[in-house]
Amino acid sequence: MAARTTVPFGPQHPVLPEPIQLKITYEDEKVVEVVPAIGYGHRGIEKACELNEYTKNIYLCERICGICSYIHSVSVVEVTEKLWPVELPPRVKYLRTIWAEMSRTHSHLLWLGLLADAFGFESMFLQFWRIRERVLDLLEMTTGQRVIQSVNVVGGVRRDISPEQKKTCIETLNTVRKESEALIKVLTKDYTVKSRTIGKGVLTKEQALQLGCAGPTLRGSGVREDARLTKYDAYGELNYEPVVEEAGDSYARALVRARELFQAIDLQLEALAKLPEGEIAVRVRGNPPANEDVMRTEAPRGELFYYAKGNGTRNLERLKVRTPTFANIPSLLVMLPGCELADVPVIVLSIDPCISCTER
Amino acid sequence: MGLIEKSRIKSPWILHFDNSSCNGCDIEILACLTPLYDVERFGMVNMGNPKHADVLLITGPVNRRTARVLKNLYAQVPDPKIVIAVGTCASSGGVFHNCYNVLGGVDKVIPVDVYIPGCAARPEAIIDGVVLALQKLASLRGDKK
Repeated sequence: MAARTTVPFGPQHPVLPEPIQLKITYEDEKVVEVVPAIGYGHRGIEKACELNEYTKNIYLCERICGICSYIHSVSVVEVTEKLWPVELPPRVKYLRTIWAEMSRTHSHLLWLGLLADAFGFESMFLQFWRIRERVLDLLEMTTGQRVIQSVNVVGGVRRDISPEQKKTCIETLNTVRKESEALIKVLTKDYTVKSRTIGKGVLTKEQALQLGCAGPTLRGSGVREDARLTKYDAYGELNYEPVVEEAGDSYARALVRARELFQAIDLQLEALAKLPEGEIAVRVRGNPPANEDVMRTEAPRGELFYYAKGNGTRNLERLKVRTPTFANIPSLLVMLPGCELADVPVIVLSIDPCISCTER
Repeated sequence: MGLIEKSRIKSPWILHFDNSSCNGCDIEILACLTPLYDVERFGMVNMGNPKHADVLLITGPVNRRTARVLKNLYAQVPDPKIVIAVGTCASSGGVFHNCYNVLGGVDKVIPVDVYIPGCAARPEAIIDGVVLALQKLASLRGDKK
């Protein structure tokens, strides 16, 4: 029998910028067991949300995760709005959709770059991040911040997209699409990329459903499931159909994200074209009433779930967040055993782990 | 000035550690490495190994669990070393100041040389902070030039 070695993967590891530890047991070069140890990123945000006024929760919840921060702020704002409930002007719904898809574009470009970095394709990593800067410039132009936008308030948004900005957005998005198409060709045609991802970390449809996966991890295994199908914000009025791949390996998950990248650009262009005129905020009076509600949104990593309970005071009684990576970590325990030592970083990255979301 | 001292200042190797930040500053640090900001023109290289690093870039507030990891990492980086707290939460705890698991800024656990404010700290600010830290690294050697 071959000797067993246990190697800690993290909490400080070059592949993941975030602190998570996977205790991986190898038999020669094959992985036989994986034990994840989480808790390094826990801050206690849910409790702090009960201590803060409800208006301050937006800024705290945005900082649950810096990559999908916009979708967190949409979720916390909309779950709070549902307590009254507040009727939103149509322009607000469209603006929120545009920014949410913009942050999805930057998140998927970021992930595609990190994937390339994980198997040592450094020039592709740098190229994806070069394109991503264009999207960040758009976010900065329209919201005022690159990473944490802080543009939502209960009852609306704080900034509008002017006609000039709209024109720049359309031009830049078309450039982003053209440049991404050239790079995605490398992803879909290159022999090295394929040999490092095809057949690695296979997750079957049954396993994905059983483990309760979410987002691109679930859709990469052939399940048509997306919170945008619930038609929140402006998604009901846009031409939207989830991207599904059947294979269930790391390559399929990469393809889902690559296709979603173009879909997100299309959704932004469509929403910009249909952008209705009107108010960008309504006045919301008083404290959140004693009521409870939930909100499902689709973050770049999968379905994000918020629950809020008000009690008539200016503090919420409870705010509960369930994030997509929390649902996706169990899938690693199925995907990793049996793989080679060198494939571990690629497979771990293929679920697009966001530890700060998971642990809050 | 010997070869090692000179190359340490001309080409500092960076170790990035995320305490429990929101990723905002972390992706901005990665953005520094990419073509638009291109921090490699200052000779800076991002390293995965603390034993090779000269500069520690720390993001996020220290919580009860990462405090030990951070102390370990700090002990593994060879002298002379510079610690940079990137972002508001690494400097003071920031928006997470009243979270029960957060101890506060990085300076609660290890000594910090440079604080970079911002939420998230912009890449320009991070580059500026690291260049400032290098001046301090040079002065630590006592042969500032």
